[in-house]
Amino acid sequence: MKTFLKTTVKNTLLSASLATALLATSGLFAAEYAIDKKGQHASIQFKISHLGYSWMVGRFNDFDGSFSYDEKDKAASKVNVIVNTKSVDSNHAERDKHLRSDDFLDVEKFPQAKFESTKYTEGKDGKATLIGNLTLHGVTKEVIVAVSQVGAGKDPWGGFRRGFEGTTRIALKDFGITKNLGPASAELDLIFNFEGVKK
Amino acid sequence: MLKNTTVSFGLISKTLHWSMAVILVGLFAVGLYMTDLDYYDALYHTLPWWHKSFGLLVMALLIIRYIWKRLNPEPQALTSHKNWEVFLAQFIQKLFYVLILLIGLSGYFISTAKGKGIEFFGWFEVPAITQAIEEERADLVGEIHQVLAITLIVLAVLHAAAALKHHFIDKDETLNRMINK
Repeated sequence: MKTFLKTTVKNTLLSASLATALLATSGLFAAEYAIDKKGQHASIQFKISHLGYSWMVGRFNDFDGSFSYDEKDKAASKVNVIVNTKSVDSNHAERDKHLRSDDFLDVEKFPQAKFESTKYTEGKDGKATLIGNLTLHGVTKEVIVAVSQVGAGKDPWGGFRRGFEGTTRIALKDFGITKNLGPASAELDLIFNFEGVKK
Repeated sequence: MLKNTTVSFGLISKTLHWSMAVILVGLFAVGLYMTDLDYYDALYHTLPWWHKSFGLLVMALLIIRYIWKRLNPEPQALTSHKNWEVFLAQFIQKLFYVLILLIGLSGYFISTAKGKGIEFFGWFEVPAITQAIEEERADLVGEIHQVLAITLIVLAVLHAAAALKHHFIDKDETLNRMINK
């Protein structure tokens, strides 16, 4: 019994260290990318209908994040983004002030919005589906982002870059934003463009 | 008589006093009302437009009033008024000027926070002096605008109550001096 216990413990330890080693190696293949904030080759935009007659496009100016992407194991790719909600910018002082107020983003109470991916599936054509949790206005909800890889390769300055664009549609009331903007404006599109620099 | 004397207010001083009083009370009421309007309200865009135009107008009147006050003799307080009454009235008067100035400036900064000017009755545009104000400051400026406006109106109610007290209880000339004669 004693010996059995010993071997079991030993085996468990062995398999655990093996697993760690394996994880570490696979980690070596999955490249980590930092969103290019410095050169600002990244944006988070939103597009919402105005009365049903036109699109109003705004953006968040301050955000940061990273992603990992493994060409051999694409499904292991991950994205994390944190957005500073008070950086909302629709190029209109009074509207931005309103968007920051408790009618909409309530930035004092919810200074951050974030996205954490949970699943990534990429097809042969570079088109992919990214599933993740979006936290906005204090509410966390799963969203499905249609992603396409724009390109990847060496940059002229000795680095390696990879870029994606993604869009998803969310309903304002799903995130507890109940201000009535009319039937045409109940939902909005979030449009992400991220260029990552390999770490 | 257009100008003030040491015992009376001239027509210009009186006109400035009453027109600013009416506009400021109107701005306060409209300001409270318009900020709660639904997006689909027909007045959603109109009221802020008028509010801004009249706000600019009252700033212009404030400057004219200050200059006019400096150019005119100061009507002396009635001899029946106690020292503390005179002191308090003069202090509140100065406070009114400062408050109106600060409310006007904060309002100006709310609308010009992104570098866009403010239309003056569709006649011309008052340009922005800032390119952009940080978000925290823009929001703070909005709160300042509201708090100072409430302070102004509370003081104005006390000011009016004091004038009515002089008129109906003390039966002196305080209010009459601002109306006729």
